[in-house]
Amino acid sequence: MTEIQSSGEPIKASEIDPKFKYELTRMHGGEKLLRCFQCGTCTSDCPVARFSNDYRPRTIIRMAQLGLKKRVLSSNTLWLCAACFTCTDRCPQGIEVASVIRILRNLAAEKGIVPQVFKDQSTNILNSGYAYKIPELRIKKREIQGLPPLPKSNPKNIRRALKGINFIEKKEKEEEQREQ
Amino acid sequence: MSSKYLIFLGCAVPYRVSSYEISSRKVLDKLGVELVEMPEFNCCGLPLDPVSHETMLILAARNLALAEQTGLSIITLCPGCAGTLKKVNKILKEDKAQREQINSHLKESGLELKGSVETKHILQVLTEDVGLEKIKNAVARPLTMLKVAEHVGCHLLRPGSVIGFDEPENPQTLKKLIEVTGATCLDYMDETECCGAPSVGVSDKVALQLARHKLNHVKMVEAQALITICPFCHIMFDTNELRIERMFNETYRIPVLHYPQLLGLAMGMTPEELAFKELRVDTSKILQVIEGVN
Repeated sequence: MTEIQSSGEPIKASEIDPKFKYELTRMHGGEKLLRCFQCGTCTSDCPVARFSNDYRPRTIIRMAQLGLKKRVLSSNTLWLCAACFTCTDRCPQGIEVASVIRILRNLAAEKGIVPQVFKDQSTNILNSGYAYKIPELRIKKREIQGLPPLPKSNPKNIRRALKGINFIEKKEKEEEQREQ
Repeated sequence: MSSKYLIFLGCAVPYRVSSYEISSRKVLDKLGVELVEMPEFNCCGLPLDPVSHETMLILAARNLALAEQTGLSIITLCPGCAGTLKKVNKILKEDKAQREQINSHLKESGLELKGSVETKHILQVLTEDVGLEKIKNAVARPLTMLKVAEHVGCHLLRPGSVIGFDEPENPQTLKKLIEVTGATCLDYMDETECCGAPSVGVSDKVALQLARHKLNHVKMVEAQALITICPFCHIMFDTNELRIERMFNETYRIPVLHYPQLLGLAMGMTPEELAFKELRVDTSKILQVIEGVN
């Protein structure tokens, strides 16, 4: 993953995919992307942008509109969004900014660009139904604490339900190859 | 009148925040809300939305379909679970083509989502079902000496158009629930801002700076405690408070309570019953303040 290059590195015509924005507007949550006129409400209200030197939702939206597909999908700052939805609620153009960022992350993940934490959580869910590995001690402690047993999950059926999902199948294949 | 709900625990609560579950169950029981355990469970799907929207839809739909079989509505302690289950139910109820597509993934395990289940966060059940009046009547020892601040967090409120609960820019529900206990709820700067939890694991430093920003403002108004209603926000402020103090050379010592713990105290329950010993930040000071009143 690379830093977002909003300045410095010049944009080459060859790296622009003019159809990228239409691809995004056809996806759930991305419909209004073209309405953005770069007012900057999203970035100025973003709690993450306040503390990050390079996470800027406005920049991400502009890069998506311009079709800088490779740059935006490979940038690590894409993963900093906390999904607080402040940008979505306040965008004067009604763009679901957080959803556009989610779409971009989904596309990056399909290319295998994804922080480890998400791979770990999906492995946990496939194996146990829970996003975290809940320690045996915690589960036993519930009885002492007067809590009912944790509801059981059905990993076999979870796997069945997620059959054919690109991200999951790609991750599983990767792990299989690593084990061999 | 008693109400009956299917309790959806989620992952974070049983993993790290048992004090929230213990105090919630005690308080709900005393207020006449009956809880039934989920017959089968998987993660609501929210953690995987960033990497695969479709996975999130399927995981949430599985839970909704399982709940439909029981005929009960869902109560959650985690606003993330509540927001996800509400959102997915709305999307799939309104969009027939997408519902059929997601249902094709559930079919093999004998499940089908119809879109008939309502999901409520505990805060909603307390205000909409139990009602402020009944809660007020259940208060045995008003916490009038206590001045606290609240943190609702994000997913119970935003996106407003999907969730449709309270006023996202100026939420009042938790404030009212706090005031019913007799405590004063203070306003502070950037009250509706995010705790930073979802950025943990991607950049802990940025995430902790968000929590620090909030704690600074809570400290500024001299709140004696911070009240949360989300396992993730609680981890950010309570579990990580000492870490933030060390990392940024700050001093807070602000106790962070789950709202049901505050309410439980006001209803006359003991700190032991409400699992205060599971909290990381020392609460002895505010407990002394409360004891002093009585």
